[in-house]
Amino acid sequence: MTVLQNKTSNPIAHLTAEDVEHIGVELDAIRQEVLDSRGASDAAYIRRMITTQRSLELGSRAVLLASIFPPAWLLGTAGLSIAKILENMEIGHNILHGQWDWMRDPKIHSTTWEWDSASPAAQWKHSHNELHHTYTNVVGKDNDLGYGIMRVDEDQRWYPLYLLQPLWNFINACFFEYGIAAYDLELGASKRKGLTKTPEFQARKNAVLRKIRRQATKDYLAHPLLSLPTGSFLPTLAANFTANVVRNLWSHSVIMCGHFPEGVETFEKDSIEGETRGEWYLRQMLGSANISGSKLTHVMTGNLSHQIEHHLFPDLPSNRYAEVAPKVQALFEKYGLTYRAAPLPKQVYSAWHRIVRLSLPNDWLATTTWRNLPRQLRRLAKMSTGSRDERAQVQALLTEEAALIAA
Amino acid sequence: MAFLLNDSGPRRTPLRSAATRLGEYLATPLVPSDYLDLFAPLRPGAELRARVVDVQPETQDAATLLLKPGADWAGHQPGQYIRIGVDVDGVRHWRAYSLTHGPRSDGLISITVKAVVDGIVSPYLVRSTRPGTLLHLEQAAGDFVLPTRPGPLLFVTAGSGVTPVIGMLRNLFPISDEAGVFIPERSRDLDIVVIHVAPTEPDSIFLDHLRALDEAGAIQLIARYDDVHGVLAVDDLRNLVPDVAHRSTYACGPAGLLDALASHHAEHELPLFIEQFRVAHVEAGEGGTLQFASTDSAIDADGGTPILDAAEASGVLMPSGCRMGICFGCVLPMREGVVRDLRNGEVTTATGDPVMVQTCINAAAGDCHFDH
Repeated sequence: MTVLQNKTSNPIAHLTAEDVEHIGVELDAIRQEVLDSRGASDAAYIRRMITTQRSLELGSRAVLLASIFPPAWLLGTAGLSIAKILENMEIGHNILHGQWDWMRDPKIHSTTWEWDSASPAAQWKHSHNELHHTYTNVVGKDNDLGYGIMRVDEDQRWYPLYLLQPLWNFINACFFEYGIAAYDLELGASKRKGLTKTPEFQARKNAVLRKIRRQATKDYLAHPLLSLPTGSFLPTLAANFTANVVRNLWSHSVIMCGHFPEGVETFEKDSIEGETRGEWYLRQMLGSANISGSKLTHVMTGNLSHQIEHHLFPDLPSNRYAEVAPKVQALFEKYGLTYRAAPLPKQVYSAWHRIVRLSLPNDWLATTTWRNLPRQLRRLAKMSTGSRDERAQVQALLTEEAALIAA
Repeated sequence: MAFLLNDSGPRRTPLRSAATRLGEYLATPLVPSDYLDLFAPLRPGAELRARVVDVQPETQDAATLLLKPGADWAGHQPGQYIRIGVDVDGVRHWRAYSLTHGPRSDGLISITVKAVVDGIVSPYLVRSTRPGTLLHLEQAAGDFVLPTRPGPLLFVTAGSGVTPVIGMLRNLFPISDEAGVFIPERSRDLDIVVIHVAPTEPDSIFLDHLRALDEAGAIQLIARYDDVHGVLAVDDLRNLVPDVAHRSTYACGPAGLLDALASHHAEHELPLFIEQFRVAHVEAGEGGTLQFASTDSAIDADGGTPILDAAEASGVLMPSGCRMGICFGCVLPMREGVVRDLRNGEVTTATGDPVMVQTCINAAAGDCHFDH
């Protein structure tokens, strides 16, 4: 994919400025409908969800007290994994978005909530709510595009190191919460700019380390110690580690599905200068993709399965996205836009396909078949080990061949 | 969440504090009480709450709520009030109500609520609260209480202003359905006149109760109904209670009556104690002044400029984020005031209890005070 502004077939070329503003008005109306009917049943939903999650976590941890017995280990680990997923996705992410601030309950509020993740809530809120949600899919502004470590766009120059990108992505998935913490800390950018010595950075770094220490003490020391009487110290430690990895893999997959599947648009920095509300809405519509599935899928993904609706209305309670989705989809159809939704396995595959494709030079995958594989591999080796000029020569060849195939 | 455990004071031992530490490590990023609240919301050490035990109708628009307070409830002095936090349509509201119960052996407490027309909380409490509901609670407060050995008294109550007075009278003269009014030794010499004002006789909360006290000789009741006697004029006070000058007056009711009483008593140099619950009604206008705890001066803000922009233009350091209402990076607690959402015109008011406000999409619709 390439930023929308450089595309030959622009998917929004048929929209007039008036259309775009109409889209904004219609979306505002959809939002207002939910606000007008928001009330006791919604409050009951999030409280029930929190009670369920805490009960599940308590129950699973109780079972893990005897985790030396394999059935107890399996049951406890499964329960804890689900509890951790609910805590991060349907509860933590959405509360930190301010979706439940309207209840004026100081215990369920974006300003007081802290979550079971390596990243302190305050830092995550800045990088996620403020940067990612405002500058969604704007190359160079939205760091969620590849988290600053990956090549997610054809326009990004290819280097041989990107060949390892699928591996990075997998490792990042396993330890996603730490990746997010480093990312929210702006570790990479701060190092590049030499800002790591500033008191401001040090304070944020210490906050992250404190959070990580507390989280690790809980999962890898305190709870295993409680299991010691049954000889279950190590099994409980392993169970907590597994639950964390399962949660990380799951949330990474869900989040990858939100903006990485093939067909999701990215945008140029200049294109958002003086952006109107309608244009902002339009960018959110084009820059997100949904996961279709059952109610259970929606809850387990924290309703990020409704990524499009979430990006249009990040502050609406997550339990209302499902009823909003058909109206949003109708709006896409009315204005001739593509509403991207597919089941989870398909979206995960699509996102991984894109990551693999972009780990390779532009057009390499498109020009490769089983028959020409040896030659393509030789070209790839030449690009990976050769000089900059050689790389450019082979790239030109690939682009030319791809254009022929396309024609 | 980042709420610390209650320090358990003198009972804190090294073992206990080690257990507390372990509990904190086990529960982080939550605290142990977040889990304990699932099972025992009224336990010692929990945030103060109360469970509704019963809702008893008093008149057609008033009811008494019988509450079981949490274990840390510290008791009260008759005449004091409590503040309760109630979730109405999912939104938490705090209101103050006088305690109306007499001595009870079961430890329950009660408040009596009159449904205010167009109100949010009171109609909900009177008509929609079911036994079992949990309310949030603060300890009893207020200095509208009698001295230990009171001299001759005059109570002036109007409408639901009778509630703190009934709380006092019930403690002076316990009353029950079976035994009627009981006048204990300590209350035998009291000389009490009660002027009770209500719009009509059926609207009179606790009228039967006051009459029973009157018949038993505990008090002298002067009941006044606006539809029969006309609105009470304070100049009539001397006619109704000729010895008013010898009495300490305790009054509770609407602001108009209390203001009139205050000037009357000031003029005649008579002792007056009042209890007034401010009516939580603020009219939304266009624009207003912004005041921040960190700055002394008030900033003028018009009704079309976001509070964030207006404050920044005047040099106040403000937290900010997306500046379009989506990231919640700019929310600040507003203690008092009215703001209007520039996106849809929705009005948010605060009357003493801080309300979190997104400053980037709200404009002043009145004078606003922020805790910032």
